[in-house]
This record gives sequence, C-alpha cells and structure tokens, in this order.
Amino acid sequence: MSTTVTRDDTGGGGGHRGPDTGRRSVRSVLVWVAVAAVGAVAWTVLALARGEAVSALWILFAALCSYAIAYRFYARFITYKVLRTDDRRATPAERLQNGVDYDVTDRRVLFGHHFAAIAGAGPLVGPVLAAQMGYLPGTIWIVVGVVFAGAVQDLTVMFFSMRRNGKSLGQMVREEIGIVGGVAALIAVFAIMIIILAVLALIVVNALAESPWGVFSIALTVPIALFMGVYLRTLRPGRVLEATGIGVVLLLLAIIGGGWVQDSGLADALTLSKEWLVLALVVYGFVASVLPVWLLLTPRDYLSTFMKIGVIALLAVSLLIARPVLQADAVTDFAREGTGPVFAGSLFPFVFITIACGALSGFHALISSGTTPKMVAKESQIRLIGYGGMLMESFVAISALIAACVIDQGLYFAMNSPAGATGGTVESAAAFVNGFGFDTTAQDLAAASAAVQEPTLVSRTGGAPTLAVGISQIFSDAFGGGLQAFWYHFAIMFEALFILTAVDAGTRVGRFMLQDTVGNVWKKFGDLSWRPGNVIASAVVVALWGSVLYIGVTDPLGGVNQLFPLFGIANQLLAAIALTLCTVLLIKHGKLRYAWVTGVPLVWDLVVTMTASWQKVFSDVPAIGYFAQAERYRDARDAGELLAPAQDRGQMDQVVFNSTLNGVLQSFFAVLVLVVAANAVVVIVRALRAGGLPTTEEPATPSQLVEPADLFATAAEKRAIAEHRALAGAGEGSRR
Amino acid sequence: MTAVREAVVRAARGVRWYLREFSGEARWDEHLRECAAHGHEPLSRREFERRRSDALERTPVSRCC
Repeated sequence: MSTTVTRDDTGGGGGHRGPDTGRRSVRSVLVWVAVAAVGAVAWTVLALARGEAVSALWILFAALCSYAIAYRFYARFITYKVLRTDDRRATPAERLQNGVDYDVTDRRVLFGHHFAAIAGAGPLVGPVLAAQMGYLPGTIWIVVGVVFAGAVQDLTVMFFSMRRNGKSLGQMVREEIGIVGGVAALIAVFAIMIIILAVLALIVVNALAESPWGVFSIALTVPIALFMGVYLRTLRPGRVLEATGIGVVLLLLAIIGGGWVQDSGLADALTLSKEWLVLALVVYGFVASVLPVWLLLTPRDYLSTFMKIGVIALLAVSLLIARPVLQADAVTDFAREGTGPVFAGSLFPFVFITIACGALSGFHALISSGTTPKMVAKESQIRLIGYGGMLMESFVAISALIAACVIDQGLYFAMNSPAGATGGTVESAAAFVNGFGFDTTAQDLAAASAAVQEPTLVSRTGGAPTLAVGISQIFSDAFGGGLQAFWYHFAIMFEALFILTAVDAGTRVGRFMLQDTVGNVWKKFGDLSWRPGNVIASAVVVALWGSVLYIGVTDPLGGVNQLFPLFGIANQLLAAIALTLCTVLLIKHGKLRYAWVTGVPLVWDLVVTMTASWQKVFSDVPAIGYFAQAERYRDARDAGELLAPAQDRGQMDQVVFNSTLNGVLQSFFAVLVLVVAANAVVVIVRALRAGGLPTTEEPATPSQLVEPADLFATAAEKRAIAEHRALAGAGEGSRR
Repeated sequence: MTAVREAVVRAARGVRWYLREFSGEARWDEHLRECAAHGHEPLSRREFERRRSDALERTPVSRCC
C-alpha cells in the first residue's frame, strides 16, 4: 500500500517526519487509478440501477474501494498534515510502560483489540432498520459518514488522548473546554450509556422472546463461560486459546442442542415471555458486575471476540460465494414520506440517526480515549488503528445492510413492524405488507419461519432476527446443506453473545463511573475494592437500564420503534461532544486552517442531531414527536376512548407516560450537548483572539523504539528495525 | 514445492504468533524472557496469570455498541 512513498530512515524509524511524497512509482499510480475506477463503476451502478436485479457485490465493491482511497489519501493527510504525528516522540505506552494499562503493543495486535472493543451490535442493527429507506441512503451514509466523520473522530480523539497520556474524553473536555462543559459531558456520557445498554438489551430480549432454541443456547453461554473461567484460573492457567477453543466447540454444541430441545418436552419451560427475559438479563447484569472478572467477564469476552471476528470474516467470504441479489429498492417511498413502520420520520435526519454506529459513533470516543491510546507504540500507527479500525466497523455495517436488503422485502417489513401494526399473525401481517405493495403471502411468511424453525417471524423487531434471517440465507446459499435453521440460531447466538458482553462490560464501566463520581463526595464509595460500594453502584446502574428496558419491552407502541431513535440520537450527540473537543483542540493548537477536518462533520452532526431532537420533541405529528404522541393518547384517554394499538386504559396510561419520559430524556441530552458546545464556543473565541492557547499536551520525549508506521513495514522501515536490533541487542525496543 | 511449504509454514507461524499476542498468552513468554535477561526467578505460571487477572479487576474493559 505504501509503495508510493519513500521514507526518511535516518534516526527513529518509519515515517517520523511524515511522508515524503516526492516519488510516485508508475505501478502505484496505476493501482490507485484502477481502485478509483472500480469504485466509480460500482457507485454508478448503484446510483443508476432502477427496477432491474442488482448484485449486492456492487455495494461491497463501492465500499471497499472508497475505504482504500480514503485510507490511502485522506487518513494520511489527517495523520501527517493536520495532526502531525511525530514518531521521534515517545508515546505514553513507551514512557509510562507498566505492563497493565500502559503497554507497548504491536500495531496489528492493537488493531484487533481496538476493533473488538468498538465493534458490537450497533453496526449490525442500525443498518438493518435503515434498510426501510432502501439500500442506497444507507450505503451512502455508511461510507461517506465513516470516511469524513466516524473514522476522523476516532483517529483525532485517539491522537489528542495519546498526547495527554491516554486521558478520557470527559477529563479532556473538563480540562480543555471548561468545568461546565466537563460536568455536562460527564452526565451525558453516563446517561447515554444507560440508554445504550437498555436498547442493546432490548434487542436481545426481542430476539429471544418465545424462542426456546435461542434461550437454550444463549443461557448455556453462561455455564460455558464459567467453565472457561475456572479452567483458566485453576486447571490450566493462561491457556487462553485452548480454553477459547473448547468454549467455541461447546457453543456450537449448544446451538445444535437447541434444535433438539425445541422439539422436546423442555420447549415449554424455555419459552419465555419478554418480561421474564428482562428479569433474567437484569439479574445477569448485576451478578456479572459484582463477580470477579476472571470468572465470567473475561472468558465471555474471549468467546465473543473470537466469534465476532470469525463470523464477520465468514460473512464477507460467503457474500463473495453466494453473490446475492438485492431485493430492496434503491430508495423506498418511506424515505420520501417519512411514514415507515420500522421507525418514523423522513430520510433526513432519521437515516443518519438510525445507522449511527457504522458511520459515526460517539461511543468510540470513549475507547479511542483512555484504553487504546495507552498501548500505541508509535504515533503514526493511530492511522491504522483509529482510522483503519473504524473502516472495518463500517464494513461490518455494510455487510449487515446487505443481509437486510437481500431478503424478501415483504418479510422484512413483516418482521420489523411492531405487533400493533402487523396484528401478530401471518395472515394479518401479510395483509399489512400487501398494503405497501409487496405480494408476500401468509404462506410465504409461515414458510420463512419454518425454514429457520422459529414459531413465528412476525414482528420480531430489533434488527437481530432480520439480520439472522439474512445471514442464514447467505450462508446456506454459499455453503449449501440446508442448514438454514442452524445458521439462523448461530447468528442469533453470535449477536446475543456480544450484546451481552457489551451489557455486562457496560454495567461494570457504569459502576466504575458512578463510584468514581460519588467518590468525590463520599470517599469510601470511590474505593473500588469496597464490596458494599460495588454492590450498591452495580445495583443502581442495573436498575437504571433495567427500568428503561422494561419500559421498552412493555411499550404498546413497540419498544424498538420508540427507543431506537433515542439511542441513535444519544450516540450521535456523544459524537458531537467528541468532535467539539477535537475542533477546540485543533484551534487551541493554532491549526485553525485545518479545523474544518473535524469542524465540518461536527456541524453536520449537530444539524442532524438537533433537527432530530427538535422533531422528536416539538413535532406535532404524533408518530414522530414524543410530546405530541403523549398528548394524543392523553386526550383520547380523558375522553374515555382507546387508541390502537393500546387495548385498555392501562396501556393508554403507559403510552402517555413512556412518550413523556422519552421526550424529557431527548430534551435533556440535547441540552447537555448544547451546554458543551456553548462552552466550547467561548474557548474557541478566546483561542482565536490569542492565536492559540496552552493545552495539557505532554511535552515531547525522544522515543527509543523503532516500529513500522503502517500495516506493512516498508523496506526502509525493515532496514531501520534491523539496524536498531543490531545496535540494541535482540528483544529490546522492537517486539518482532 | 519447498517454496510453497515454506510460505505455508511462515503463514501458520504468523497466525500462531498473532493469536498468542492477541489473546495475551504471549505475556508469559515475555515474562520468562525478561526474567532470564535480568537473572530473576520467574513466578509460577499460576501466580503470574492470577496477578494479571487481578489487575484486570481494577481496569474497566469497554465494549462498545
């Protein structure tokens, strides 16, 4: 990839002065022209095809070529010109190495860790829901969004945190913007995390409800993880790969076993209602947060990480083999009219809110600050880890979008519309989607659920079941064998596994945040090893997301339909905070002329989130505005009427309460972000007047390490590493 | 044929290296190497892994959405 650049290899190793773009080889020019041409053809096909069969591979190629060009040119520009990474400067991992959190890590290994930390259910679920608008809006935003916003945010936050010894987003906002912004950011991060945990858990509940196969195999992941924990602690300490191998085999057996259990007498006992599943998840989250990590959290994390990477690789390969054809329209009527049943609202702003994680995810800023920057070996490597990691995440989102767009679209809408709309039976659901012009019949819907051996697929909202149907279809087309039911439950297990990992890890992080914050006032509570503190903080965090979850699953209007916008907007608002911080820092560092790099995505993100928040709060269309919805149901209730889908007075009350609560939360998040932005404007004005301001950046210390800057070492870098080894003796400095 | 075999062996080694680094198993090799270099007595594997997992107890692992 970097054949075009010759690097100065005197002194500190690869690329320390940035790229010296003097010589471009003919071969490299040809390669990049070819990549650009393939990408352009793919985009043209996607944009112009109407009515004919379009292969899903065009989406894949359009995305991959765009990523390659963005990584090669734009990411390089940001890394070397805007941020000016300097490989002569020691990173915090090198200076503060302690083998625990500060630890020089091979760039390829850290890329894997970072990717595993940022990738979760978000990029899988958001694009599935956004497929309601057709494949084109989703594809464009996932690719354009990641190139100009999401990957830029991850990279820039990582850089600024790395220059500040790995400080967290909240700390940086407090120190670089101000105490008001800092407190608002802290509250926003905590509150947004609660919403995210609740919505993730909601997706699992919707995927497992009334599915004995799913419940059986997911439930078995807990004893499997416990077994691995004990194995690694006492039987064979440290043999992670061995334990994970055993774990994966047991997982596969659990999925196969689920098929038998479904047909056995146990099926009834394992057919759980949503309310029972909520209780089970809440208990699980609490226990996982209180137990020692080695027993449950760490082994689960191994399992879900390896499964995650394995399934994503398998999906990419099987897409190439199966070459499915897109069933969705490029742009549906719902995109124009905003009346879609999956989520309400028109293309702008709601497609951007719904896709969230695959294009721009504020939550990544929490991992790009803090955890990952403490392990980077060389400054320039953040291009690979931060920008490249996010491109991978975007690729996952593209795969999910494809999976949702290759299934029968009547089935798609029957699955993703709330039960209040579909009526819950195959006949009523078929009638409902026929109303949209799909000719899917009740027999088709029944056949689809029989193929994956689920009691029903009608109104299995949340995105996970749809994705699982898409994945099972692609896998069984690619590998044959009539194993669709196995692949469906395999996909459900894989999603549930890492959603649960996100839920238990998130509960723990929430617990740490709470203990840390309360610890400022009540010292004892901040002591992480104080048992009662752990228990109380865990209980509070679990109770918070558990109650939002409960509200979601019992919502007569459909929890996903109601809560997913809140989740999406919250995530994008967090991104606004992160991009605000980056823009402020660029200006404080006197790089006003490059402030557009984060400034433009920030403005876009603020426009999107504020428009969406405004509509969710002030819109007088009840399907969109939370308060309008509350008012409509309140008026009807007071007049003694019932409004569908509510079936009794209690449900009317519930809608009024939930909609009001959602509206209040929505306003609250938006106000917090505006507080941060206002505080930032003050700092920016001061910085502009002074032509820059001092920041908390650590002073430069010379680096003793020699490491390649990019994924593949250049010839010059290899020479530099060899020379350095010869001088310093093997084992020092460079790890391999 | 030997060139192909060498390439396969090299790739397999690379994968093994990556998995060991990624899963943290390689930390133990490092500990042994460092102890040998400085002439320290290495910990037992059990003790070493116990300390590593106890350190994890205090550092939150974030998993994103």
